Amino acid sequence: MPVDISLNVNGKAVSAQVEDRTLLVELLRENLRLTGTHVGCDTSQCGACVVHVDGRSVKACTMLARQAQGAAVTTIEGLAEDGKLHPMQEAFRENHGLQCGFCTPGMVMSALDLVARNPDPSGAEVREWLEGNLCRCTGYHNIVKSILAGANAMRGGS
Amino acid sequence: MAENGIGAAVPRTEDHRFLTGTGDYTDDTNLPHQTYAAFVRSTHPHATFTLDTSAAAAAPGVVAVLTGADFAADGKGSLICGWAVTGKDGEPHKAPPHPVLAADTVRHVGDAMAIVVAESARAARDAAEQVEVDYSPLPAVASMREALADGAPQIHAEAPGNLCYDWEIGDRAATDEAFARAHHVTRLDLVNNRLIPNAMEPRAAIGDYNPASGNYTLRLTSQNPHVHRLVLAAFVQIAPEHKLHVIAPDVGGGFGSKIFIYQEETAVLWAAGRIGRPVKWTADRSESFVADAHGRDHESHVELALDADGRFLGLRVSTLANMGAYLSTFASCVPSYLYGTLMQGQYTTGAIYCEVKAVFTNTTPVDALRGAGRPEATYVVERIVDRAAHETGIDPAELRRRNFIPSDAFPYPTQVALEYDSGNYALALDRALELADYAGFDARRAEAGARGKLRGIGLSAYIEACGIAPSQVVGSLGAGVGLWESGGIRFNPTGNVLVYTGSHSHGQGHETTFAQLVSDYLGVPFENVEVVHGDTEKTPFGMGTYGSRSLAVGGSALVKAMDKVIAKGRKIAAFSLEASEEDVEFSGGDFTVAGTDKRMNIAEVAFSAYVPHNYPLDELEPGLEETGFYDPANFTFPAGTHVCEVEVDPETGVTEIVNWVAVDDFGNVINPMIVEGQVHGGVAHGIGQALLEGCTYDAGGQLLTGSFMDYTMPRADDLPDMTVDTTCTPCPHNPLGVKGCGEAGAIAAPAAVMNAVTHALGTSAIDMPATPQAVWRALGSQSQARA
Ligand code: FES
Ligand code: FES
Repeated sequence: MPVDISLNVNGKAVSAQVEDRTLLVELLRENLRLTGTHVGCDTSQCGACVVHVDGRSVKACTMLARQAQGAAVTTIEGLAEDGKLHPMQEAFRENHGLQCGFCTPGMVMSALDLVARNPDPSGAEVREWLEGNLCRCTGYHNIVKSILAGANAMRGGS
Repeated sequence: MAENGIGAAVPRTEDHRFLTGTGDYTDDTNLPHQTYAAFVRSTHPHATFTLDTSAAAAAPGVVAVLTGADFAADGKGSLICGWAVTGKDGEPHKAPPHPVLAADTVRHVGDAMAIVVAESARAARDAAEQVEVDYSPLPAVASMREALADGAPQIHAEAPGNLCYDWEIGDRAATDEAFARAHHVTRLDLVNNRLIPNAMEPRAAIGDYNPASGNYTLRLTSQNPHVHRLVLAAFVQIAPEHKLHVIAPDVGGGFGSKIFIYQEETAVLWAAGRIGRPVKWTADRSESFVADAHGRDHESHVELALDADGRFLGLRVSTLANMGAYLSTFASCVPSYLYGTLMQGQYTTGAIYCEVKAVFTNTTPVDALRGAGRPEATYVVERIVDRAAHETGIDPAELRRRNFIPSDAFPYPTQVALEYDSGNYALALDRALELADYAGFDARRAEAGARGKLRGIGLSAYIEACGIAPSQVVGSLGAGVGLWESGGIRFNPTGNVLVYTGSHSHGQGHETTFAQLVSDYLGVPFENVEVVHGDTEKTPFGMGTYGSRSLAVGGSALVKAMDKVIAKGRKIAAFSLEASEEDVEFSGGDFTVAGTDKRMNIAEVAFSAYVPHNYPLDELEPGLEETGFYDPANFTFPAGTHVCEVEVDPETGVTEIVNWVAVDDFGNVINPMIVEGQVHGGVAHGIGQALLEGCTYDAGGQLLTGSFMDYTMPRADDLPDMTVDTTCTPCPHNPLGVKGCGEAGAIAAPAAVMNAVTHALGTSAIDMPATPQAVWRALGSQSQARA
């Protein structure tokens, strides 16, 4: 049974008709064409699909679209302002925290939730936090470095 | 060094789109009137079958259900293996047909039998469930030893005894003689565990057919779009090459798995032609586990003969290599020419003999995976050398040093058909030992012991053959293709530059590295250089990216093209500046006339080339665009030493990597930041193999590790911070002096980890992956043996 839902995505009100079984990630990718949120698995393990729902990181492959009724969703497309990268995005760029880029949106969104909870994490805390995010390219070394640098920049450090 | 030139750690051009979610991966595209495909796959490892597609064809939204019979009726071919390996008997390997859709027999779980095309992905999947398959199971075999045993189930009539080939390299008699003289012989049985590649982006393909022009377009996750086009045109015969446009847009990691020409993209393209609408398929991860070519999967017996001084007299290796159920695109060359040829390692071993039996089993096909044959070779050499050190009581670093090929012995002809071009192995070893504080290990071990932990340190002095590859050499060894690369340079009238490469970037950062190279070489601002790749209608024919070849071969092709541009620019400048061509010099982007202050920037030369109002057209052609093709004179030979230090908790069997040092010789480096990242990623892959990843089948051929819940991928908290350093002996035979860096970590790491683990445990009776359970068992059997 198709249902009508309305929610806020990256600051814009959107409405869509979805099936009961439509996943949030399908709504984002197929209905809204926000293809920065990726799908890397079918068992909720890879984290390529991480977005924020009402400020918390969520695997968009593991939530039904209709569960996002009325929610505020932020995707990777919603971070840069006026063409200027968010400090966390900038930190990934400066520290070579990405290679093929496929895991990257999920890594950045996940990192932002960590920093929201723990503004000054240690390297070990970053590694532990990333348990739900897989990367096959970087060996995580530079992802960890990027997140520490991004957290520092968000605290107003240089 | 120019700010953005060769040697600078320039942040990557491609990152902005990836970081803002505006990358262009295959699944991000939807075409008008697109349909969606799902595959009906075998759940049996070996069976004959019949299909009833009537219910599926009548299901809602279904456009077509196509089977192997339909494919055959269209007169299309089957998938191929592009490298014919000749066995001991002088016969080529057995390459049984690999159907795009199995027509009557399936040979591994996941083998595709039908493609269902529907109006939505869900409708296609739902309908695929409704295809009724009537299986008649056949006996199946997953283990190589069982497949080779008398009376084993026969997988292909064309391959009696399930033997693909029995191949050898080296000098058997000389090696036997070396062993006869040995003071000490070390023996080891090794398993190189089967891996599942798991690039984070699952494979995907969109086929499209334009009935008006008769042209096909295939957009897919490929490391080598021209090779895809060639095989699909010349062998599978979906469409002739000039009617087939292949695009590999942003690709989310490959590691080898996106080199190959698979069932799915072939069926999708063919189906698009059949129904006259675009057909899209995106693998879900469960499909990737059974349908992407796996890697490694060797069993080896290894023997090393040493004299009384610990010098290596001879090495003897006997290996079984699993091919899976069919020969994948380059499967046959991986455990032969990319493996046996590396048995010299970094050492002066006097005689070497290596024999390999390649075996068919009822498992997913096995092909190249990051390193491809070379990780397996390094694992053999570096494990046995380490074992020999412990048996003879010679320090492992000292034993290696004693046997290194000396730095003044290059070029060095090996016992196994290669000629190493350059290297300084002791330099890298010494640097690695220093960075790892090797001398302080005993104190750290004692301290760890006081905490109840077992500490071990392991070395891996690896070598690889990269820059694949001289066409003449690979041709003489059975390759069906040449392995040169192409590069194109197009100046626009306003002085900016388009760079075309036949290689393909799927994480390596070519858009940055190649732009640095071109900017530096031609003296054009970095931001005025745009790199184009991954599209058969834009770039010249190229062989793609694998075997750490992009810069060594593809970059060298660009140098050839740039030299032609400069040569033509010199002519134009000479004409414009009214000088003789011999007097015109080029440097830093400017053509100057010797002994005068006349100069013309290359951008001005380009403008003049496109506005040739007064050109002497019989002497000077308009335009400034050149193409270069580079066929390397030799492989390149990156090498180095990695040091791994571990702590094992004997209570839990958990191994923690407490330190990692990598010292690699990649020759000259264009972007050190990118090179370091490649090392990190490779090491992570190797650590994954050594400690976590192991693809497992049950005896009957069912995959037991079919998802991320069963197959352990390395996560951030499994891995250490790494210390990465380089030494440099430039490659003497390519114009850039570069060697390649993409696979080194994956080649070096497994042996380093396992040498550290076995050192910590005091036993070599443990195979990869050294999971807590395996470690705990090894410790248990040891204490039992002591009791
Ligand atoms: S797609 Fe893998 S966790 Fe969501
Ligand atoms: S950058 Fe490729 S998977 Fe992380």
